[in-house]
Amino acid sequence: MTKVEITVDGTSTEHEVEPRLLLVHYLRDVLGRTGTNVGCDTSNCGACTIHMDGQSVKSCTVLAVQADGSTVDTVEGLADPVEGEAGWHPLQRAFHEEHGLQCGYCTPGMIMASKGLIEDNPNPSEKEIRDGLEGNLCRCTGYQNIVKAVQSAAAEMRGDTKVEVEV
Amino acid sequence: MIPATFEYVRPSSIDEAVAALAEHGDEAKLLAGGHSLLPLMKLRLAAPEVVIDLGRVDGLRGVSEVGDGRLAIGAMTPHYKVMADPLIREHCGVLADVTAKVGDAQVRHRGTIGGALAHGDSAGDLPAVLLALGGSVIAQGPGGTREIEAADFFVDYLTTALSDDELVTEVRVPKLVGDWGWRYEKFSRVAQAWAIVGALGMVKRSNGHIEEARVGLTNMGTRPVRCTATEDAIRGQSPDAIEDAAAHASDGTSPSSDLNATAEFRQHLARVLTKRALTAAVG
Ligand SMILES: Cc1cc2nc3c(=O)[nH]c(=O)nc-3n(C[C@H](O)[C@H](O)[C@H](O)COP(=O)(O)OP(=O)(O)OC[C@H]3O[C@@H](n4cnc5c(N)ncnc54)[C@H](O)[C@@H]3O)c2cc1C
Ligand code: FES
Ligand code: FES
Repeated sequence: MTKVEITVDGTSTEHEVEPRLLLVHYLRDVLGRTGTNVGCDTSNCGACTIHMDGQSVKSCTVLAVQADGSTVDTVEGLADPVEGEAGWHPLQRAFHEEHGLQCGYCTPGMIMASKGLIEDNPNPSEKEIRDGLEGNLCRCTGYQNIVKAVQSAAAEMRGDTKVEVEV
Repeated sequence: MIPATFEYVRPSSIDEAVAALAEHGDEAKLLAGGHSLLPLMKLRLAAPEVVIDLGRVDGLRGVSEVGDGRLAIGAMTPHYKVMADPLIREHCGVLADVTAKVGDAQVRHRGTIGGALAHGDSAGDLPAVLLALGGSVIAQGPGGTREIEAADFFVDYLTTALSDDELVTEVRVPKLVGDWGWRYEKFSRVAQAWAIVGALGMVKRSNGHIEEARVGLTNMGTRPVRCTATEDAIRGQSPDAIEDAAAHASDGTSPSSDLNATAEFRQHLARVLTKRALTAAVG
């Protein structure tokens, strides 16, 4: 067993883990933070996307021991829980309003990948969004409304007044 | 899917890493970004008894000039840092541009240049660019360091010239001097996928002619391929020579047939993509 200390959504956590434990299982099974999903488990679908030290990564392809000492942010840390719906992150609100999800399975990863994308590029074009999210698969929406949601959230995060997005 | 159990070792210096490799021999695997190794371990196609994590080894990240007209890139430099590095963009932009086509954003945040080369996968995009550039890797083992030219490094499918007790510490690429243009044509059917075939065309332009050319191919055999026949056929020529020269791009290749493409189709792709890449490279 190896001791890891990982700050998850602002809270420091510390556990003895097997070195083979994957970060996504640390989040879900050790910490009980099941907001992050496992989709493919083969590094392809992006459902397990979280941020590790500020970069989007697929947590099914990282060992918990590799994340020792790092800061991990998941979809669960985005909203301000006290505020209710008003405390939602702009991406959460935009996915809701633009119908950027159907079954919702890809959504935690899609939102975390989109957050990274907007942080790198505050005003992404449709093509940049589609390219930037190529590591995230959605089997329901056909992506159209995901692109709209990301554009709308990006506008809100830039502080632009609400724009009607055409895709 | 869960990897088999292993002993975890986390050295903090290159010397410690070399010592750990020497101690555990072929039971050990080095772990860099883990984006080739961990998927294999989860499928239990790899089950090393010892995993040596290079993630905390000092001095394996970053880019510097080595003084002899080359750049040195630390083996643990992740793909996204290679893409954004000012020295690489200024002196060897082709490496940044090809790296931008590797996998997806999340993969590029974890995968490293050293891991991508040491894995020796001829379907990977970086071996062909290192070969076309005439780059090299610096390997360190118990006996010291040695430089291995790209042309000697890739030996067979998933097999490199590294011995069990060596690690890659650095990747070296030349600074491109003169008016170079390039294009990497990566053919795949779906987003984020590996190349069914990839063709890198680089040309050095001078007075409307091609002074020099480099062509490297991805996934056209068990090793990356450099197409010297095509390079020779356009050296000193006008861009009009590209079409006939590209027809030789598949000469001597023996790509595999799989669900995505037959060997014959891959050879066809190699010719077409080489023509497109060189044409775009001329600008
Ligand atoms: C979904 C997905 C899509 C991908 N798509 C592409 C793609 O389109 N094109 C592409 O080129 N790649 C692709 N990759 C692979 C990616 O680029 C990997 O990151 C890379 O091949 C391996 O780098 P790594 O740092 O993750 O190495 P690891 O997985 O940690 O290691 C790979 C191998 O190299 C050895 N090794 C690592 N570092 C060293 C070193 N310094 N010295 C000696 N040996 C070492 C390890 O022991 C292991 O055998 C993809 C990966 C995934 C998961
Ligand atoms: S579950 Fe991690 S990429 Fe699909
Ligand atoms: S909403 Fe169902 S997979 Fe994306």
